Amino acid sequence: MPILHAVMEDMGYVDPAAIPILAEELNLSRADVHGVVTFYHDFRQTPPGRTTVRICRAEACQAVGGRTLEERAKTRLGVGFGETTDDGAVSLEQVFCFGNCAIGPTVQVDERLYGRVSPEQLDHLLEVTA
Amino acid sequence: MSASDDVVIVYVPRDSAAKSVGADAVAAGIAAAADRPVHVVRNGSRGMLWLEPMVEVSTPAGRVAYGPVAPHDVEGLIAAGMLDGAEHPLRLGPTEEIAWLRDQTRVTFARVGVVDPLSAEDYAAHGGLAGLRRALSLTPAEVVAEVTESGLRGRGGAGFPAGIKWKTVLGAESELKFVCCNADEGDSGTFADRMLMEGDPFTLIEGMTIAAWAVGASEGYIYVRSEYPDAVDTLRAAIDTARAHGWLGKRVLDHDFSFDLFVRVGGGAYICGEETSMLDSLEGKRGMVRAKPPIPALEGLFGKPTVVNNVLTLGSVPMILADGAEAFAAHGVGRSRGTQVFQLGGNIAQGGIVETAFGITLGELVDGYGGGTRSGRPVRAVQVGGPLGAYLPTSQFDLPMDYEAFAAAGAMVGHGGVVVFDDTVDMAGQARFAMEFCAAESCGKCTPCRVGAVRGVEVIDRIVAGENRSANLKLLNDLCHLMTEGSLCAMGGLTPMPVKSALAHFPGDFGTTTEEKR
Ligand SMILES: Cc1cc2nc3c(=O)[nH]c(=O)nc-3n(C[C@H](O)[C@H](O)[C@H](O)COP(=O)(O)O)c2cc1C
Ligand code: SF4
Ligand code: FES
Repeated sequence: MPILHAVMEDMGYVDPAAIPILAEELNLSRADVHGVVTFYHDFRQTPPGRTTVRICRAEACQAVGGRTLEERAKTRLGVGFGETTDDGAVSLEQVFCFGNCAIGPTVQVDERLYGRVSPEQLDHLLEVTA
Repeated sequence: MSASDDVVIVYVPRDSAAKSVGADAVAAGIAAAADRPVHVVRNGSRGMLWLEPMVEVSTPAGRVAYGPVAPHDVEGLIAAGMLDGAEHPLRLGPTEEIAWLRDQTRVTFARVGVVDPLSAEDYAAHGGLAGLRRALSLTPAEVVAEVTESGLRGRGGAGFPAGIKWKTVLGAESELKFVCCNADEGDSGTFADRMLMEGDPFTLIEGMTIAAWAVGASEGYIYVRSEYPDAVDTLRAAIDTARAHGWLGKRVLDHDFSFDLFVRVGGGAYICGEETSMLDSLEGKRGMVRAKPPIPALEGLFGKPTVVNNVLTLGSVPMILADGAEAFAAHGVGRSRGTQVFQLGGNIAQGGIVETAFGITLGELVDGYGGGTRSGRPVRAVQVGGPLGAYLPTSQFDLPMDYEAFAAAGAMVGHGGVVVFDDTVDMAGQARFAMEFCAAESCGKCTPCRVGAVRGVEVIDRIVAGENRSANLKLLNDLCHLMTEGSLCAMGGLTPMPVKSALAHFPGDFGTTTEEKR
């Protein structure tokens, strides 16, 4: 897994074409490596958008309007969770809790975390990334 | 802190929650706007998260707090004399006298927010290493006995006595043993592990080192979820510092004892918080839950005897060793000894960390510390213990926070997360989400969990739509029963808890007819 995290960091995704190479290097079967890549939500197999927007979908954020943000982001970007906009600008992802549950709803844009995100602030975050 | 007299020490938390509401900009603003030399320390958070970013200024009379400070407040605060602790509408007074904090019993969190998390000097100056030094003066069996006597139970959810687990590992014959810290903290509404790792990482390192000495382990791993990048960075930096100071390595504190520690990052899978799934993940595999026995204490990481404990469990150990088992056991009620780090989240006015003895009531936490909802509307439901925990109505606010009392009420304390909802919540929607979450996060090993959760979502949809209500309610009940009985781990086994509690306490949300509940 540290290797897959490193691949993710360098490339942004785990290219399926790289799986046989990784398997050989690690002395594992392709199926093993494929199994690991597909098991974990973090390892994506397609290139991400230039910006990744992650929205917390877990209970504490639901209690303070998280569901409104989910719907708003989907409508504004015209994509669902796990998808990237056609122009390759933004990938939208769901996350179950960032540990920021006292001051949600929580949204992460690339590496930066935002708490107490209002619908207006979400619009602003999405505009800046678009 | 070697700042000279004319340099003002200002504290601005580095905690990721504080950063999510602008702490970095506040810290930079203070450094830029200050009218005299300042030394900005990026401390952990005191846990009063609704007041973040909370700035503290060191004055001759102690630390004075201001909050919540927005970046655009900084200039005005400096002009008003914040660096001298002067009056201002955002001034909260001396930090230690803020009632919310003063009335808590901070044991595990004693240093969080007080110290510079990465300063070894600060750590030692605030009582750090006292527990490890004492442990190394005792035999491993004596250390295990001390932890057993303290009554410390696992803080990860199941509440298993830590001393008993350690004793099993100590008694296992093996050249190689491991200590693994479960820092997967996947439960919604929980953030205490994160705040301890970001705010006082040396405490966790010390706790793991004590555990290693007690059971004869030479290597340790901290499995941190990938959603916590700041905790990962802080831990890695702290481990490097600990090695450089001889707190880890070939000769820990110059004793004939070798222990080293590594951080591993998860892959965004909730199930990897289950200990055997975590071990598989640490071995680089898919995080599938293992059947028990064998228990990890005997056959854990790479088949070797392994201690698996939660961050807060291990983080409580230094204090227990430093102050003695009795001091710890003096807190609490019944078989729930010591303090618990409760986390107030969701729709709450004053959310954050409340560390206090077991036995405080749910209402005292939510209405007292929490101050009710953030929206100002009435509280309707509270989910305690994460996504697998029960939803409770306000009529149960007199329930004491204690493992046994909660179990008796069909609920669980879990990792101490308390998530508040106001009266706009749709409880059928919450029950549906519990099933949806289980379907998304199931490891896939058992059918009742993998398939049952998917069916559960469909059945709840039909109930709410009013299709064949009584038949579908019965089906949901059967499904819950099947999941409880037929699942290997608590993911499938406990998902019925939020579902059934929502149904039992808030039947009116599940469509129109409420007369038959079976
Ligand atoms: C689905 C599931 C998720 C869990 N998630 C966590 C977790 O995130 N952190 C944790 O410490 N324990 C978690 N546990 C509990 C662990 O299996 C285990 O009991 C715990 O790590 C033991 O440490 P403790 O005795 O110190 O609590 C989870 C259990 C289950 C069934
Ligand atoms: S109950 Fe669910 S998560 Fe647990 S082992 Fe079975 S399939 Fe996996
Ligand atoms: S529930 Fe959203 S950050 Fe925890």
